[in-house]
Amino acid sequence: MKCKKNITIIIMISILILSLGFGANAKTFRVAVIMPSAISDLAFSQSMYDSLLTIQKEMGKENFEFVYSENMFVVADAAAAIRDYASEGYDLVIAHGSQYGSSLVDIAPDFPNTSFTWGTSVNTFSDQGITNIFAYEARSEEGGYVCGVLAAKLSESNVYGVIGPIETGDAKLYVDGFKAGVLATKPDAQVNVNWTGSFSDVALASEAAQTHINVGADVLTGTAQMVVGAIGVARQRGVLWFGTQADQTSIAPEVVVANQVYDWTVVLRPMIQLIREGTMGGTTYALTLANEGLKIVVNQEALVGKTIQDIIEGKIDIEL
Amino acid sequence: MKYRDIREISMNLIPVAAFLLALLIGTIMIAFLGVNPLVAYQALLKGAFGSTNAIADTVVKATPLLFVGLGICIAFRAGVLNIGGEGQLVAGALSATIVCLTFPNLPGWMLIIIALLVGLLSGAIWAGVAGFLKAYFNVNEILSTIMLNYIAAYGMNYLLSGPIMDPLQIELGSFIPQTARLAHAVDLPRLIPTRLHFGIVIAVVFAILVYIFLWRTTIGFRIRMIGQNIQASRASGINVQKYIVLAFILSGALVGLGGAIEVLGIHHRLFTDGSVSGFTGSAGFNGIVAALFGQLHPIGTIPASLLLGALLTGANKMQRVVQVPSALIGALNGLIVIFVVGSEYLRRSQARRMERTADTKNNSINKDKRENK
Amino acid sequence: MEAIIIGIAKSAIRLATPYLYASIGETIGQLSGVLNLGVDGVMLMGAFSAFYTVLRTGNLWLGLLAAIVVGAIFGLLIAFINVTLKAEQGISGIGVYIFGLGLSSLLFSTMVGTVQTVSGFPPLSIPLLSNIPVVGEIFFQQNILVYGAFALVPISWFMLTKTPLGLSIRAVGQHPEAADSLGVNILRIRYFTVVLGGILSGIAGASLSIALLNVFQQNLTNGMGFIAVALVYFGAWRPKTVLIGALLFSTVNAIQIWIQVKGINIPSDFTLMLPYIVTIVVLAAMAKRRIHPPAALNKPFERGE
Repeated sequence: MKCKKNITIIIMISILILSLGFGANAKTFRVAVIMPSAISDLAFSQSMYDSLLTIQKEMGKENFEFVYSENMFVVADAAAAIRDYASEGYDLVIAHGSQYGSSLVDIAPDFPNTSFTWGTSVNTFSDQGITNIFAYEARSEEGGYVCGVLAAKLSESNVYGVIGPIETGDAKLYVDGFKAGVLATKPDAQVNVNWTGSFSDVALASEAAQTHINVGADVLTGTAQMVVGAIGVARQRGVLWFGTQADQTSIAPEVVVANQVYDWTVVLRPMIQLIREGTMGGTTYALTLANEGLKIVVNQEALVGKTIQDIIEGKIDIEL
Repeated sequence: MKYRDIREISMNLIPVAAFLLALLIGTIMIAFLGVNPLVAYQALLKGAFGSTNAIADTVVKATPLLFVGLGICIAFRAGVLNIGGEGQLVAGALSATIVCLTFPNLPGWMLIIIALLVGLLSGAIWAGVAGFLKAYFNVNEILSTIMLNYIAAYGMNYLLSGPIMDPLQIELGSFIPQTARLAHAVDLPRLIPTRLHFGIVIAVVFAILVYIFLWRTTIGFRIRMIGQNIQASRASGINVQKYIVLAFILSGALVGLGGAIEVLGIHHRLFTDGSVSGFTGSAGFNGIVAALFGQLHPIGTIPASLLLGALLTGANKMQRVVQVPSALIGALNGLIVIFVVGSEYLRRSQARRMERTADTKNNSINKDKRENK
Repeated sequence: MEAIIIGIAKSAIRLATPYLYASIGETIGQLSGVLNLGVDGVMLMGAFSAFYTVLRTGNLWLGLLAAIVVGAIFGLLIAFINVTLKAEQGISGIGVYIFGLGLSSLLFSTMVGTVQTVSGFPPLSIPLLSNIPVVGEIFFQQNILVYGAFALVPISWFMLTKTPLGLSIRAVGQHPEAADSLGVNILRIRYFTVVLGGILSGIAGASLSIALLNVFQQNLTNGMGFIAVALVYFGAWRPKTVLIGALLFSTVNAIQIWIQVKGINIPSDFTLMLPYIVTIVVLAAMAKRRIHPPAALNKPFERGE
């Protein structure tokens, strides 16, 4: 009788200990993200949103939960949102925009049990004694370089058009990288760059594309959500397009040759791991080609699709 | 209760009724999105008033609205619409920031006063350009202020992308378009340990000053007269043109001061994302709405700005809690403006009807008095 | 050299199209005494309606019709608020702008969700005229909504100056009491002009989403509606001068793009400022003559006042 009772107690205690262990692991990791533009912008914000969806799919909805606030271009409102999410007990608050940094400096010290991260940036403010901020950036010049090399190989006119928003942040990195890639491949190339002064002026981006093509460009590229206007023009006039931040193939599969896609999961995964182990900040992460945070996605249809189609339709006679 | 009192109360409740009607339509939209409207509005109230932080956020949001609203009060009283608020906010903010960056060694309190004054002057100058163009070149102020808004934005972008960019950014290679964080010495003092800063006190002080100016000085009286009856003003020999330009300049001064206070109180640096609304929060437009809600009276603009600030802050909280698209907040914001502005007529006609019955009543009382004598 | 001029001119004409529609619509409304600052919001609603219709049905004319209907509905709303409810017109317009911006973005994010393109109105060469060297390529190889915008100028000019309707409109805006005593229905005229303005703003939006850009995105117009309102003042309430303003603004814009593309060493922020500065300077230079706005602009009409 006594043996049975002891065994029962031992079994119950074991179950208790095991369930505590499981309980610790099964605690949902809660993330809140604040973004400066729409999640459907096919650029900066969408890349983060898509990455979070990927993580959620990996970890399962019971283990990973995230909420978002998009179009938070008003920094004062974003600051209120960051503080509010932190006070609601989210484990990680992602401030996805370089304009949010100053707000984090004020808020993070008040919430030592919450981890914050922001980008694109390299500053974790550890020199100010803050230990719960991570930072992340994208070395977009790497993918820009690759796109530039490919563009140079494909261009016949050796004139390239680049349409940028404002000459700062990862937009500047991408444009500089693209230019470097082109010039490294064809030193006598003509790379024309124009800045539209905003991230959302679609009409101006569209006319810029027209102007670039008018001065001879047969390859275009650019960054920010306004480029949909430029891609439309590229399609209309049969000019190749290189995209960045997200996969823009769907907009014009006939002409979008390659995209540098931001995959923030390579940054999010180690961050989540560190937070779970108790480290709340202090590290800077980067998307690079090496860690596959930057992926070059090539669209076969634009690259050689016409050739394939011509062969299928018998328009090409391959002389053996 | 006398019938007249009931009518007077109901008259002032009309904007409230309009507000609620707009919220009702908002409820339909929210329900359409599959969200429980009760939960949504509960979140809105919580976000506006539900905690110390919420109230602080509401007041912080209201502060630039109040400054712009005061500026609009002056301009509107002279009969002109100042829609250059966004550009004037930038002018004030930019100049205050540059002053603080250029003279880091002055004592904090002195630098704050100088920066605020410079911000006020810059806003005045930016509006003054529009006023000058109107007076001497007959360039319509709606055109010039709209154009000047864009010019201010591009000017700010230029400076932030290079000349006044944070040297740290250049050093780190991240090129974020912002200035260095201003010295802590020029932070406006906090009223309570939240984001709530001294700016609201300055705003309320200026509201009183604007009231005194408009109702207790000759210049203010003339400005109001021009707005009410421009023909009579001209006939009485006032240089209408000069006073309209002056009203414009004063309007811009208040807005510019608001911009400077936003920098010193909340942001402590200047930044851009291409457009100015990341910094201004469209206060240049929302402030116009606040002024109207405040019956274009400087003292009335104070509660109006607080209410509008509460609405906008609460709406953001609502977005976070029920995860509706942020665009819903904008649509709701617009609906409320339309409904409240539209209800003004009912309120005005009600007011007029009451005046008329009061007159007839007075006349009949006097008639009775005379007859009884 | 010739190719450069042709390129810039074609850009200018494309850029001017939405401004023309919206600006002339606003001009007609203002001539009858009603100020509408919500043009940008109506443009966005028109742009979305046209885009969504074309996305779902593939029919461009149906899309254009959708923009017209939505523009008319918003015009009715604005007319009701400004004319019947006699609201403060400058401010109600801002409310309409915020509402239109929010509603179009909301509808887009719930009904469409991702950014995609549609096949909009293709370029339509006008036979014979399009073969004229230089001029032919610039003017006569555009799409039909572009032609519509430019045709609108003489049509509206004719309507406003040579028809009884136009006379009534201008009378209502200049001397409403006199017009009223002559039996002109002030309310009906103002409702008509504001609804027409809404329709034209809707078409302006459609010209962006289903003709020129072939895409819709949140805040597609990025403030164009306000420039359109500003151009009304440049045009001194005359369609022909509005055309000059729209072309001036758009041409300088096209030139500044070209300046940047060519790599001419001026900071991009300054070239971006050019269209705005030039518009002010030209207007200042032009305004030696006194321009009088419609006397009753922004003043609701009440009989016996």
